[in-house]
Parts: sequence; structure tokens; C-alpha cells
Amino acid sequence: MATAVQTTVETQNYLNNGYGLKSWLLTKDHKRIAILYLLSITGMFFVGGFFAMLIRLELLTPAGDLVSSDTYNKLFTMHGITMVFFFLIPSVPAVLGNFLIPLMVGAKDLAFPRINLLSWYLYIIGATFALVSMVMGGVDTGWTFYTPFSTTYSNTHVVGTALGIFITGFSSIFTGLNFIVTIHRMRAPGLTWTRLPLFCWSNYAASLIMVLGTPVIAITILLVALERLFHIGVFNPALGGDPLLFQHLFWFYSHPAVYIMILPGMGVISEIVTCFSRKRVFGYEFVALASIAIAVLGFLVWAHHMFVAGISVYAALVFSLLSYLVAIPSAVKIFNWTATLYKGSIRYDTPMLYAFGFMGLFTIGGLTGVFLASIGVDVHVTDTYFVVAHFHYVMVGGMVLAYMGGLHFWWPKMTGRMYPEGWAKLSALLVFVGFNLTFFPQFILGYMGMPRRYHAYPPEFQVLNVLSTAGASVLALGYVLPMIYFVWSLRYGKLAGPNPWNAVGLEWMTPSPPPTENFAETPVVTWEAYDYEHQPDEEVPVGH
Amino acid sequence: MASQVDGLYFLLVAVSAFFTLLIFALVFVFAVKYRHTVHPKAEQIEGSLPLELTWTLIPLGISMIFFAWGSLIFFQEARPPRGAMEVYAVGKQWMWKFEHETGQREINALHIPVGRDIKMIMSSQDTIHSFFVPAFRIKQDVLPGRFTSTWFHTTKVGTYHLFCAEYCGTEHSGMIGEVVVMEPMAYQAWLANGGATGTMAANGKELFTQLGCATCHRSDTQGRGPNLVGVFGKPVQLEDGRRVMADENYVRESILNPQAKIVAGFKPIMPTFQGQVTEESLGALVSYVKSLAQPQQKAAGGAPAAAAANESN
Repeated sequence: MATAVQTTVETQNYLNNGYGLKSWLLTKDHKRIAILYLLSITGMFFVGGFFAMLIRLELLTPAGDLVSSDTYNKLFTMHGITMVFFFLIPSVPAVLGNFLIPLMVGAKDLAFPRINLLSWYLYIIGATFALVSMVMGGVDTGWTFYTPFSTTYSNTHVVGTALGIFITGFSSIFTGLNFIVTIHRMRAPGLTWTRLPLFCWSNYAASLIMVLGTPVIAITILLVALERLFHIGVFNPALGGDPLLFQHLFWFYSHPAVYIMILPGMGVISEIVTCFSRKRVFGYEFVALASIAIAVLGFLVWAHHMFVAGISVYAALVFSLLSYLVAIPSAVKIFNWTATLYKGSIRYDTPMLYAFGFMGLFTIGGLTGVFLASIGVDVHVTDTYFVVAHFHYVMVGGMVLAYMGGLHFWWPKMTGRMYPEGWAKLSALLVFVGFNLTFFPQFILGYMGMPRRYHAYPPEFQVLNVLSTAGASVLALGYVLPMIYFVWSLRYGKLAGPNPWNAVGLEWMTPSPPPTENFAETPVVTWEAYDYEHQPDEEVPVGH
Repeated sequence: MASQVDGLYFLLVAVSAFFTLLIFALVFVFAVKYRHTVHPKAEQIEGSLPLELTWTLIPLGISMIFFAWGSLIFFQEARPPRGAMEVYAVGKQWMWKFEHETGQREINALHIPVGRDIKMIMSSQDTIHSFFVPAFRIKQDVLPGRFTSTWFHTTKVGTYHLFCAEYCGTEHSGMIGEVVVMEPMAYQAWLANGGATGTMAANGKELFTQLGCATCHRSDTQGRGPNLVGVFGKPVQLEDGRRVMADENYVRESILNPQAKIVAGFKPIMPTFQGQVTEESLGALVSYVKSLAQPQQKAAGGAPAAAAANESN
């Protein structure tokens, strides 16, 4: 299956096909757009990370003494907005998905290359609105924009930021649309749905949510702006509105949005676990359909964010039940990945270390979600650090680890170069240790009753907060290291060759970096997904 | 209540720890046992329907147990027992204001007797706040424009943290206070020094007259508005055919938005009092309307029958 291809970077590829600024800014090549996204979201990740560091430094001591209360409130707001809307949601889809989906289905590009470029521009315009609002003084509503605080009481740049999120939403809709059409219409001959890599399945599921859910947040944000600017009573009871209406609308998108964030990550894990176990994934159909189940059920659980908000007891009951159900397909995936390891031939390369980390941390993140689905317990721990810890276990422990794993896995494909394996392993270890030290204490803090979004806190919570801050600095180191060695590898890394991991999948059957048109001729697929049984076992030497 | 929440919480911790360790152990054992140096050739396994069913149905079964237990606790949390002592709370940026039925007012501190069920009737005069007492394992958002309530049973004398748990602006983390649970005797002494100027119901009655409510809502059948005696806590037949419960929010709505629910047989002639009554006044008016439905005044701080009814908490 592994075809002999040119392995030198000197041949024509998407990177050396034009060097001018225009050749990048007006590109319609999905691979170049993926790189544009990579640079943009990495920038936003470090902006959001900078806010996080200031938050952790402030919480080192019980008194609110490093920054003012207003500044602190802006910091956690801007951390949340930057990370959720400008990093997590686009991360795997817009970078890895953009780069890989056409390659994985054997296509020359996405279905709508111009719309793909437009989606990046919309992202940049949205991010600019958000960043300018931050520079002008920021916003302090929390990333959740709860009304009537956001529409009436906040004196910060709510509308500018909201507009940024509104615009970026369309970039997400366009990406989703592109993926759905591409996966439906542009699969190579022989690449049936059951032969599709699970990365495509999970991005497909996430795309459904992007297309169906994002318009709702767009409308909601617009209503916030209308009430704020023109005092049209929608959410503020003093104007005849209903503040809970906002929460319903907001979470109708924002809960499914966590599945936009995690599903593509799950796709990455399926690719990595199979490759480094040299095995077909255990229970392919179940893993694939679990993604769809998550996408569908994910739309039916939003009010579990509102158990203490003042909704009816019976509504709470139904949403609690549905929230338990959405946990099941995630559990099925974890069990299937674990079973994939059984009788495999396992290697511990860096992407696999990230996948191991994902499986552990996502399990904890998922199980603590069950605590929150249980209404009686949720009443106590909601709006405390328990929730903060829970979603960071899912979003950072799950999603960011998957993204990092994916980046390491496909870096040789994207750049044609290998990163230094030793440093990469060290950074994976630092991320894992730093992450747990940062966020595990927060579960305990939450159970003890420390509310989230607190600038100052009672002294009995200090020890755990100090641990958390210490962990955050280890975590930061774990994130900075890859920045350095990835850049280093661009010039000094060993040449990767088309398939350094001896992986299956169409993306590995074309040179690294791939040529602009992806494949010299359209591939024809005659094998099942993850056909490692027929993949030659010999070591493929890395570099020359 | 707190012990029930903790019971469920620690069962969740135990089950979660079991599954987490299971996954960690399996991943670790497989990763070591089948590492490529000792197991160079992977054995291809397609999957297994029995296994898929096992790890779908067992977690489903376990979660249904948690669902049932969690819901039972929540139903108790959502239903204040009869005879609970009522305290009115108003949240505002950035303080908690409390008023006892007996008329004592306090800010950022709540004094209550031990061994009683306490029902909080809460509203906000600006944005959303949340009444959170970690020691009692209860939390309830406090909304503008409506009453929400929660309740707890005081079991131990002491001073407990009160936090605002819904982000509400600049001094959110300063919107804290303490709940002081006292021996009944000490509580009585505190009440005596509380500086109350009449009970809430009495203050409400005064307002009722001042605002002119009494001219229409007369205690006979001749008024242009419904007679309010005995109304609270009972279903009301509306002009449009609906039947609604006359609870705290019904009284609030009838004062601020009288056209929303017209009692059968009456005309929509009442003007709105939006902007004329503060949250505190609304509490007093509600308390007065309530008192019209319970002819004998309850003795404050001592209703042994009610306290005994909830020993299970």
C-alpha cells in the first residue's frame, strides 16, 4: 500500500508553490488556509494563556491584591472568550480538519475553496473585533454574557466583543458546511462511509453542530446587542424581558459547542491509537456512530447548566436524564480505544503519549460530568471550582491534548520535517503533570464551596490555590517547549518522508509536504479503514 | 439534606474512581504487555457486539441509579416543608439584605435558630445573584423580577459562609456574608435586640393602606378587586379559564403587572405599581397577603410540630 514517492522537500509542494504574501493571503489551497489558521489560533492561544497566568497569579493569595476586581473580572472573561471562541472551537477542525479532510478522502481540496478562505478572513475580522475591544479596556461579563448583567449593568465593551463572536460564528458555519459537503460528495472511488477514517466521522458530526447550532448563538448575541444599545426588552425583566430566556438560548448553542470542541479531538485519538497499536480500531461502527449520537443528544441537554437558575423541577428532571444519556457514547469511545490497545503492537511515540494522556484525563472529565448531571449534587457544586475543573479536564485534558497529539502526529506531513522526539516527550509529560496539578485541586476546592469567578477568597482555600498556580507554571512550560522545537524543526528537523509512522490512510500516501493538488492521480480505495494487517511492518527509516 | 448530598457525592467519587482506575490500569497493562518490542505483530480484532453491549448497558444502568437518587434529593430540595420559618432576602450589587417575618432586618448576615426548617424567599433588585451556603449544600439563583426560593434544615450551631455564586460584577467576590445558626434562646435574645419596627405583615398592611390597595381589595364582597382574605396558597380561577396557584410570584405579578392574570368576575382596571414599590416593599406586601390566609399568627421561633415533622433531614 505504501507507494514509493519522492521524499525530498525540493519537489513542488504546497509550501514552495509561491512565497509572496499574496500567494498566502489569496490562497485557495486548504493546506495553506490550515497553516493560516494554525498561526492565528496559536496567537490567540497564547493571548488566552497570558490571561490565565495572571488569573493564577492573582489567586496565589486570598486577598485580591495583584490586580483590581474589575481587572480580574475582565481577565477571566477574556480568557474564556479567547480560548472558547478563538482557540478551542476552530482548533482541530480549522487547522487539522482543513489540512487533512481533503487528503483523507482523496480529494484535491475542500468542496468550496473560496468559502474556506472567506471563513479564515471572517475569523480574523472577528478576532480583531475581540482583540480591539480588549485593548480598549476589555469586557467583564464572563464568557457566558449572562443577562441582564451584560445588557444593562456592565460598563465595558460588550457590543464590540459580541460582534467579534458573531462574525467568527460565520467562519465556523462555513467550515462546517465545507466539511459536510466534502465528505458527502468528494470521497475517492471505493472510499465508502464505513471505510472513512474516524477523524472524518467526528469532524462530520462536529460540522453538523456548527451548521445547526451556531446561528442560534448569533441570534442570541444580536439580541444582547439590541437590548444593550436600544433598550429593547428581551432579557431584562425591568424592560419586560426574561433573563432565563437568554440562558436557554445561550446554552442551546454553547452546550453543543463543547461537542464541537471535543468531537474532532476524539477523531484525532482514533487515528493515533490505531497507528501506534498497528491495529484496526475496535468496534469501528460503534466509535463512528457514537460521534453522531453525541452530536444529536448534545442538542438536548442544554438546561443542565440551569438546574439552580429557576427552571421548573420537571424540566430539570428531563434534562438530567438526557445528560446521563449523552455520557454513554463518550464512555463507549473510551472503552473501544482501550480495547484497541489489546493485543496490539504498541509504540510510545509522542502522539501516542498525548493519546494516553487524553484517555486518562477525558475519563476523569467525563465522569465528573456525571456528578453535574446528578441534580442533587449539581445544586452544591455548580458555579464552583468543581465546574471549572470539570470543563478544563474535558477541554484542556481532553481537547488540547488531542490537538497537541494531532499536531505532533501530522507535523511531519504538514512540514515535511520531524521534531526532536526527546523534547516532545518531555513536553507531553510536562503538560500531563502540570495539567493535573493545576486542575485536580480545583475539584476539591469546588466541593469545599469555593465559587468560581472570585477575585478574593477565604483563607482556608489558599493551599489548594497555591498548588493550582504551581501546576499552571509547569503547564505553561509544557506549552512553550513545542513552540520552540516546532519552529526549530522547520529548518533543522530530520526529513520526514511521506510516511514516518508507517501509518495507513490516504494522507500518508502522498509526499510530505503534499503537493498543491494533493495527489498526482486520484487514489482508488480497496481496503477497509485502519488496515494495519496488510501494512508492511518494517521500520521506515526516518530521514536519510 | 447535606448528608444525603454527601452520600451521593461520595458514591459518585467511588464509582468514578473505580472506572478511572480501570481505564488507567487497562491502558497501562496493555501498553506494557503489548509494546512492540515484545509483541511485534498485532493481532487484528474487529470488535465484539457482546462487549459493546456490556460497556453500553452497564454504565447506563449505573447512571440510572444516580439519576434516580439525584432526582430524589433534588425534589426534596425543591419542596420546602410546611411550617418552615420564612426569611425574605434581597440581593443587590453587592450585598445581601435579609428581613425576618418578625421585622428584623440585617445585611450580609443571617441569624437563624438551630433545629428549624428555614425557607428563603429571594429576589434581586438588579442582576442575577445566587444564594450559596456550602455547608448546607444548597444554592439557588436569585433573579430580578421574580421570587425564587430554597430551604434548609439547621442542624448545628455555628457560623457558615454565605457566597454569591452567580457572577454579578465588580465586587462579586465581596458579596459574601455569614449564616449564624444559634441556640433557640440565643436566637430569641437576638430577635429582641433586633430593632424591629413591627412584623413584615404589619408593615405590609401599612403599605397596603398607603398605596390605596385597601380601597378596592376590601375584606367584604363589595370591592372592585378580589377579596384577599384566605386567597394565598390556594388555586385561583382566572377570567380566561386558567387556574393558577396564588403563590409569592402570583402576588408579585398581580402588583407589578395586574393585567397578566385577571381573577374571574373582575375587570382589568387595576393600575400597575411598577416602579412604585421596592423589592423590600414587595416582600412586606406578600407577607401581609400571606397573613390574611392564616388567621392565627404563628409564634415566631417556636413551632415544635413543624420542626418535628422534618427530623429526617
